[in-house]
Amino acid sequence: MTVGLALAQRLSALVMAPLVLLHLGVMVVAVQNGLSAEEILSRTRGSVFWGTVYGLFVIAVSVHAAIGLRAILAETFRLSPRALSGLMHAIGLGLLLLGGRAVYSVVAG
Amino acid sequence: MSDRLSVSIWRGAAEGRFVDYQVPRAESQTVLDVVTHVQRRLDPSLSYRFACRVGMCGSCAMMVNGRPRWTCRSHVAKVAPDGRLRLAPLRNLPVVKDLVADLDGFFEKWTEAGGRFVPSRTRDEPTAPVRPDSPARRAVDAGIECINCAVCYAACDSVTWNPGYLGPAALNRAWTLVRDERDGDRAGRLRRAAAAGGCHDCHSQQGCAEHCPNLLSPTAGIAGLKALTLKAALRGAL
Repeated sequence: MTVGLALAQRLSALVMAPLVLLHLGVMVVAVQNGLSAEEILSRTRGSVFWGTVYGLFVIAVSVHAAIGLRAILAETFRLSPRALSGLMHAIGLGLLLLGGRAVYSVVAG
Repeated sequence: MSDRLSVSIWRGAAEGRFVDYQVPRAESQTVLDVVTHVQRRLDPSLSYRFACRVGMCGSCAMMVNGRPRWTCRSHVAKVAPDGRLRLAPLRNLPVVKDLVADLDGFFEKWTEAGGRFVPSRTRDEPTAPVRPDSPARRAVDAGIECINCAVCYAACDSVTWNPGYLGPAALNRAWTLVRDERDGDRAGRLRRAAAAGGCHDCHSQQGCAEHCPNLLSPTAGIAGLKALTLKAALRGAL
């Protein structure tokens, strides 16, 4: 792994850590208060704040997971650097699309 | 306790088999003593490597009951209390014959990581003052006693999974030079450590530190290289 990938993985972890804690905290509060899915969606739809939180989370996950999986693929299958790079970008883009679709549904759908 | 040891030794190269020998026990017997007995008394065709016999030269390392060890200072009573020894050439390296591993790749990586000291002064200039208690010198001292026995390299799973990885010994050497205030190629060494196969391929499993016969921690040096290369990358200095 090059220092560029290592840096991207650490920075994305830095972004993810507080967002995961915030998400868990919000889930606990939402469940404790007995909010229904409809009530939760009424709060998230049109919210710039929640759109930013989950949008950032999806971007960070896409970067972090793609780099991590690249390392696992490299050590398991001995692929060429080019194949590894292609797979890493495909995984990152896939996660970004899936996560982006979910965020869109919660915030704007 | 039996007065004989049951010793199983790898014979052949990449293809081969374990051959069993019976060796008499002796007081303060080392694993190297056992191998030497087999070669001199039982089977002169056995190949192995050693030189100093006192833990200085790093030649005699091999796999002892699945763990890499320097055999000249590994006492049978400690490493094989049940009297059974299974000896094989060092892991992660090609086998030349029997217990002799080909160390070319190991030393090539050592050079590739920037293992050669690059002086920053000529012999006509005064010697650089180095404070022994400075943090940089203390970091160097903690890793300087490497004898290049390749035990850490054989213990490292990252090397097994990623043959392009430079390995603990080479990166530990680079770390001691990076922190050496007399060295003139800090930037070059950091560039090499930051590239693919460098310090960021280490998973910090610490097999190297666990097995180093000189009780060094290459993992700590590699962690230092990781921090320095990340800082350098953030500054755009790589």
